[in-house]
Amino acid sequence: MKVTIDNLSKKFGEVVGVENLTLHIEDGEFVAFLGPSGCGKTTTLLTLAGIYKPTDGVIRFGERVVNTVQPKDRNIGMVFQSYALYPHMTVFQNIAYPLKLKKVSKADQHDRVRQVANVMGIGELLDRRPGQLSGGQQQRVALGRALVKEPDVLLFDEPLSNLDARLRLTMRGEIKHLQKDLGITSIYVTHDQVEAMTMADRIAVMSGGHLQAFDSPDELYDRPKTQFVAGFVGNPPMNFVDVSVQASNGRFFAETESLRLEVQKERGAPPASHGGPVVMGIRPEDIQIASDPNNGTVSGEIFVVEPLGREDLIDVRIGRHSFLLLADTEDRHQAGERVSLAFDMEQAQFFDPETEKSLLWQ
Amino acid sequence: MSEQAKTGDTTVPRSRGGSNALKSYLGAYGFMAPAGILVIVFFLIPVAIVLYLSLTNLASSNFTSNLAIMEFIGLKNYQTLLNDQFARKIFFNTIFYVLVTLSIFNVSLALLVSLLTTHIDRSAGFVFRALWILPRITSPVVYILIWKRMIAEAPFGIINQFNEALGQPTYNYISTNPWVFVVVVNGFIGVSFGMIIFTSAIESIPRDLLNASLVDGSSKLQRIRYVIMPLIRWPLLFVVTYQTLSLLTSFVEIQLLTDGGPGLYRTEVWSLTAYHRALSNYFGNAQWGYGSAFAVLLVMIGVVLAVIYMRVFRFDELIAEPRVEAL
Repeated sequence: MKVTIDNLSKKFGEVVGVENLTLHIEDGEFVAFLGPSGCGKTTTLLTLAGIYKPTDGVIRFGERVVNTVQPKDRNIGMVFQSYALYPHMTVFQNIAYPLKLKKVSKADQHDRVRQVANVMGIGELLDRRPGQLSGGQQQRVALGRALVKEPDVLLFDEPLSNLDARLRLTMRGEIKHLQKDLGITSIYVTHDQVEAMTMADRIAVMSGGHLQAFDSPDELYDRPKTQFVAGFVGNPPMNFVDVSVQASNGRFFAETESLRLEVQKERGAPPASHGGPVVMGIRPEDIQIASDPNNGTVSGEIFVVEPLGREDLIDVRIGRHSFLLLADTEDRHQAGERVSLAFDMEQAQFFDPETEKSLLWQ
Repeated sequence: MSEQAKTGDTTVPRSRGGSNALKSYLGAYGFMAPAGILVIVFFLIPVAIVLYLSLTNLASSNFTSNLAIMEFIGLKNYQTLLNDQFARKIFFNTIFYVLVTLSIFNVSLALLVSLLTTHIDRSAGFVFRALWILPRITSPVVYILIWKRMIAEAPFGIINQFNEALGQPTYNYISTNPWVFVVVVNGFIGVSFGMIIFTSAIESIPRDLLNASLVDGSSKLQRIRYVIMPLIRWPLLFVVTYQTLSLLTSFVEIQLLTDGGPGLYRTEVWSLTAYHRALSNYFGNAQWGYGSAFAVLLVMIGVVLAVIYMRVFRFDELIAEPRVEAL
């Protein structure tokens, strides 16, 4: 089912939950709402669910306007961060609850619950109560309850946030697989950008009640349209430096008092013509520690080394600037060591410091 | 301790373990002491005194400064009570009063008010609940005076003024329908207790759970039936139990409104009888001993009911084991 959101606003008195949101979600698409706490992503989800009524704007499921349709008449399934299982019901009763409300016959209820439970791998837990299950099992039950009525739209409200890291990884894969298998249009709210990047077809990045960007994960990563998106997507986060970009003899240089880096024409020309100070962004993976210093490298001092296991996260100070970068653990870098850095300026991003909009992509 | 000895754990010496066990007992009793002392001073000791008094003939007619005149008369008071021609009527009055007030007001209406006020705008709900608390926080004398003024005979009573204005006959409500007003007057006070307990129980159901139910396809009414009601079972049983016992012992409002009348014991309840016999006898003879016999029976009925409720409702199953293992 296609989900169309046009100019949606939801206000709670004076407080703005979400403002002027326009999103067109395709049939069968997996869309993530990504943003920090209080950015309006859950508000939007609950408005889609029909728990909140929109203050303004139109929501369509397919061609049907659902603004004032009761949640029970929307045919949606929802999975909550807290699992929201009914503690007084068994696992079977929990999953059967949506069917019971639809007045599905007892025999059919039984068959469909069994079937869903087997898909979710909880077939042997049907007689237990939620209190007797682990977090991961509870989340499977919650997912089963959302799926059992064959919803048109699936809504996820940070469903994996309460699970431990390892389980989160498996569930991530399972949910993605299941969604592709069933082809149910899904909207997934999360503040974890890794979840959004790995699972979603497209990501709606939100901040302060506003949509920042709505694009595929690759697009968001390679061509961020705002500084917020650039900083929020990617882990470890992008480095930002205030620079000015100067043109001389058809070559372009990003400069600060302690840095002078050559930029390719396609990336250097727009910030140069913008004039004045701009914000340069460069991802940690685009900075290398050079083994042989040459005129393209910049020298700095290692401030701190954080071992991540597979690689080291290193904070290097150049003058008053600080850059995060990744290095092989084999190299055994130490704090205080002087190193030369090579910047891959083909990947550099430039933003207007006033509007925080990208100077490269519109 | 023997467990430790069996498993061969020699790192903890026996004597240490023993004093630890003693310490943990002391800690537990220490924490129980404040409540325990209150129960002993304000319940067990008075019950013992009343129990003793009920076995004597102490009354104002034979009361002198010499308490030695007080005679121990065994179960004679209880014998008199059982042969009292009005005791049976008063007993059934009490059952009627408790059952009707409890079921209509203290439980059903309280539940209805909490469900309604938690399903409307929050601040409006608050206002309605605040109104329902007024009867409870108003001094009983003032509250009963208001009612008396409302239902007084023509031309004084407010309701009768309306009756007159509408050309209807006027009534002396206290003599025509005493029970209706005894129940309503007490019921209006009784609603607020259950209402507060139920409202807080409903409000403390996680929002996600309530939202999940709507998304799963329930209407608001189905949500009440399948999710809210089962989740407030404990408060519901608690209110039934607690309010039964408190209605059983309350008599101030009845005393002020009808004083057990009109006529002979028409709205007299057991606890009011205990008061009348022991402290406010019409003939001027305060029969402390005999009144105590009534009071003792009431305490026994209360204790028996409480035990039955706890068994039938399985309160022990509703309470989780404490997470703290030892102090």
